[in-house]
Amino acid sequence: MTSTAYSTRADTTTATVDSSPDESAPFAGDAGPFRRRRPVALVGAVAQRTAAIAALLAVWETFPRLNLVDPTFLPPLSQVIEAWWTLATTGQLAQHVEASLARSLSGFGLAILVAVPLGLLIGWYRPVATLLNPLLEVFRNTAALALLPVFVLILGLGETSKIAIILYGCAWPILLNTISGVRTVDPLLVKSARSLGLSPLRLFGKVVLPAAVPTIFTGIRLAGAYSILILIAAELVGAKAGLGYLITYAQFNFDVPDMYAGIITISAIGLVINQLLVLLEHRFSSWRTS
Amino acid sequence: MTAKISFQGVGKTFSSRGRQLSALEDITFEVRRGEFLALVGPSGCGKSTLLDLLAGLSAPTTGEILVDGAPVTGPGLDRGVVFQQYALLPWRTAQANVEFGLEAKGVARRERADRARHFLDLVGLSGFGDRYPHELSGGMKQRVAIARSLAFDPDVLLMDEPFAALDAQTRDSLQDELLRIWERTNKTILFITHGIDEAVYLGQRVAVMTSRPGRIKKIIDIPLGSRTETEDLRSDPTFARYRHEIWTLLRDEVVKAQAQEHAADHWGTAGERRPRWHGLARSRPPRRGRRPGPAPTSDHQEAGVD
Ligand SMILES: Nc1ncnc2c1ncn2[C@@H]1O[C@H](COP(=O)(O)OP(=O)(O)OP(=O)(O)O)[C@@H](O)[C@H]1O
Ligand SMILES: [Mg+2]
Repeated sequence: MTSTAYSTRADTTTATVDSSPDESAPFAGDAGPFRRRRPVALVGAVAQRTAAIAALLAVWETFPRLNLVDPTFLPPLSQVIEAWWTLATTGQLAQHVEASLARSLSGFGLAILVAVPLGLLIGWYRPVATLLNPLLEVFRNTAALALLPVFVLILGLGETSKIAIILYGCAWPILLNTISGVRTVDPLLVKSARSLGLSPLRLFGKVVLPAAVPTIFTGIRLAGAYSILILIAAELVGAKAGLGYLITYAQFNFDVPDMYAGIITISAIGLVINQLLVLLEHRFSSWRTS
Repeated sequence: MTAKISFQGVGKTFSSRGRQLSALEDITFEVRRGEFLALVGPSGCGKSTLLDLLAGLSAPTTGEILVDGAPVTGPGLDRGVVFQQYALLPWRTAQANVEFGLEAKGVARRERADRARHFLDLVGLSGFGDRYPHELSGGMKQRVAIARSLAFDPDVLLMDEPFAALDAQTRDSLQDELLRIWERTNKTILFITHGIDEAVYLGQRVAVMTSRPGRIKKIIDIPLGSRTETEDLRSDPTFARYRHEIWTLLRDEVVKAQAQEHAADHWGTAGERRPRWHGLARSRPPRRGRRPGPAPTSDHQEAGVD
């Protein structure tokens, strides 16, 4: 019973600020963090995982060369890598990556700073929840990118609007998961802590918060992915640097290999950020096994 | 003998979805200082509710509960609660879980660690301090929970079916260990159980409750002497006699509770769907040397219930 209490948390969320499937399912698609594999099986798994990627890269290299696709629109991989190398060695790439990461991480970091405390507040204090629920319902069902023009209109084309839209998009998964994390703390743990005469504040610090941490981190991991997705869209308009800018600019100038180099870089960054956050998430929820 | 705990006309009414549900009515009884009192009653009769009131987790609708002559107004470290589902903090090690109560009490860090180790030793978990709850068996988890409640040294231990989820062997050994600890520490223990055997084996007295709304039907003295010094007490004919007496008292209440539940089902308001009286079916027959005579056999029991 005690152990299953944690696996059902997503279902037990109160109806009102119920997170959307994508944002809430804290367990969706997560392979068990510490599932032990035998070395042979591990090698097998690695081979299996890389097979599809390798095939894709092979197709990318050969198809344009065999003229199965138009090499003007999809140059062979080797050309793209060459272009990437040039961008990297001339320092252009670093400049774009820096601009992008600065935006992404500021928006993401600010989202954590805003959404975690707010989520804790909403999850823990009923009156705050009742007050803010209708507002949350309206806004969380509005796609972040739909609001991009509004942000640009109000905050201008500069950095502020870009960081603001990333902040906005990242805040939702964090906020909803934090609320759900606080709400679904095993009531027996709360009861048991109350029986020790703990004050509400200490109860929150010693029981509710630690219990919610894994769910909060799930939200943070999702937000990390969002920060990259939204970043690119934000950089498509009115930017003078950044990977999104590089991609659109290259496309505009018909510098197709450069465009793909930008795309590859952004997916590599997305992958790395996600892996880092997955590691972090597991680190903080290792007790939630079994 | 002085009363450690005194229930005076205690009643508890829940109102849920506009309906009033009287869980407890006019509960009046006393638990003596240093006594081990077992409490049995049909499922849903309000045992856990009674324990919550005594723990100060909720307030009675009528009446008053006194501990050491002072009314209970909230939770306190003079009472330690042990729950059936252990309620251990899964992100803390066994050691840190035991220290939890000590933190609440404001014990200094150094002393906390020493005391936690001491109580883990006491419940037979030396060397398991750095294990997380999910790395422990059910029996071990309950030992940790007991150690946690003992560590902050409450006068009163409140236990709500603490051994119900454990297998028979583990339950037997934990029962004996609990008795040993009780004899050594002089705590007052209120022990809720579904097992008649368990109640007779552990309790100096056994309080039997009526079906809902719960009242104390009868309190039976079990003058069996020290359990830990008597070999195979459960096969003693006197043991069987008490067991039968309580079983008879309960049977009537179980029948009533069933009738209630059926009525509730019929009206579609069944609050809980649980085995009506798992205790009767679950309680073990004496381990060996069962004697012929008026003592109820387990067949007799099950036939009587189902
Ligand atoms: N918070 C609550 N709100 C409404 N009804 C409640 C509440 N808590 C308990 N009840 C009801 O009060 C009655 C007594 O419940 P309680 O849990 O005390 O029974 P119990 O004797 O411990 O049962 P069991 O042996 O099954 O554990 C039940 O009918 C239950 O449905
Ligand atoms: Mg109960």
